[in-house]
Amino acid sequence: MEPMIEVRDLCKRFKDVQAVQNVSFDVKAGECFALLGPNGAGKSTTIKILITLLSADSGEAKINSFSIKTAPYRIRESIGYVPQSLSVDGALTGRENLMIFGKLYGLSGAELKERVPQILEMMDLTDSANRPVAHYSGGMIRRLEIGQSILHHPAVVFLDEPTVGLDPIARNTLWGHIRDLRKQYGMTLLLTTHYMEEAEVLCDRIAIMNRGRIEVMGTLNELRKKAKMPKASMDQLFVHFVGPSESGEQGGLANVKKSRRIAQRLG
Amino acid sequence: MSKKADVSPSVLANRRNPVLLYFYHMIVIIELETIKMMKDPTEILSRSLQPVIWLLLFGEAFSRMKAVPEAGGDYLAFLTPGILAQSITFVSIFNGLSIIWERDMGLLQKILTTPIERSALVLGKMLASTVRSLCQLTVVLSLSFCLGIHLQWSIGRVFGLLGFVVLGSAFFSGLSMVIAAIVKTRDRMMGIGQLVTMPLFFASSALYPVSIMPGWLQFVAKANPMSYLVDGLRGLLLDPVYAHGFLDALVLLAATLVIWALATRQYPRLLT
Repeated sequence: MEPMIEVRDLCKRFKDVQAVQNVSFDVKAGECFALLGPNGAGKSTTIKILITLLSADSGEAKINSFSIKTAPYRIRESIGYVPQSLSVDGALTGRENLMIFGKLYGLSGAELKERVPQILEMMDLTDSANRPVAHYSGGMIRRLEIGQSILHHPAVVFLDEPTVGLDPIARNTLWGHIRDLRKQYGMTLLLTTHYMEEAEVLCDRIAIMNRGRIEVMGTLNELRKKAKMPKASMDQLFVHFVGPSESGEQGGLANVKKSRRIAQRLG
Repeated sequence: MSKKADVSPSVLANRRNPVLLYFYHMIVIIELETIKMMKDPTEILSRSLQPVIWLLLFGEAFSRMKAVPEAGGDYLAFLTPGILAQSITFVSIFNGLSIIWERDMGLLQKILTTPIERSALVLGKMLASTVRSLCQLTVVLSLSFCLGIHLQWSIGRVFGLLGFVVLGSAFFSGLSMVIAAIVKTRDRMMGIGQLVTMPLFFASSALYPVSIMPGWLQFVAKANPMSYLVDGLRGLLLDPVYAHGFLDALVLLAATLVIWALATRQYPRLLT
């Protein structure tokens, strides 16, 4: 069976930074795959290329057997995307935010009227559906965003740092919802994170990225074997593969500013 | 496998006629913008004060100077279409700000990963700003009625007015999106927006006829789309003396189509 996501030798350069360098990986249908790495490792750039927001300098990728080069429109029909920054409209209610995105995904009439309450129910947002999103908590906003991304029952959902800025309780709740999503719809998930625990809890396989490259890839146990650290936690493995000094260096002012801004908006 | 996502990739595309889907998407964008506008009418209300100030303060005082004989003794009537055009331009030219804000939030990125054609998104945004401009039209016309300014009325003229308002606001909000895609930050957009609106306004026939301008300025005024908007509105609201309505509409339509194409091309650059 053809993989749901197929990435071959993807490269992307921004001026003097090689953001993504010869990245290749496959994700099977129904699998949850994590791209893990410090800030600036190239995770978000890789995702942006796969969801057709950025074009690659070279290399090829296929989502649901459609090429990012020749069939970006087809890819957009097959995917849902939850961006790193909070992307719901605060002035609109939860329901309105869902309705608008349902329509953008081409849903209408009875189908849309049926899906929106379903999603609200599934994401535990029914009671607050008619409140402006500006009054939602951070965890509720993230749940709404995930709800928006699955309205059209996409084959693949991309989650870019889904729990950044959330407190541990909200994070755990969200993990529960993501797991339900897989159980209920069998969707393929690709998520980026720099929380080791998140990758460990949610994902079948993990790729650790650093400076635009994939350093290592496999299940948690495979990574342990490769590091020859049979009892290592994900944290220890991360430090082993990336090196202790790297993560601090690559944060950069822009990244720090961005994550603080998100944290601030999440309250 | 029974619970697998029920999307085979072509489900959406086959569900609808692509032309219908295109317009459906465009209307969704207009709907989104209109809902937002209605939730917080402060912006529209405060912006509608601007033409009121121009007509009440500037218009009333300046008309006493009899400085524009071409206005035929009724400067307020001459000024009204100019102020209408100005307020349409001003509400539309800052459209780019909201687009940069949406980009900063991540909303734009998310919309661009849905199956909406770029040109439908841009056209939706351009037409959504028409809703704001229609509020300005209502304010200016109501005020001119209260002030007893003598304007021409007929059903045909009203439809003509609506046409010009749509074209004018679509053009200037398209222009604003092109600028936003080039300057990329809100601060710069504020600065450039201010910088663009003043010359557009003063190098047009909004406050005085083009014929009293020096030669070089007349040339600028002729290349200025706002002149055609003012001229078209003036032709409809005042005597037929000013009427080159068909040419005005044609120039504005052409300019709008060009800016639509440009904005569609430039818009995704906001992401990089």
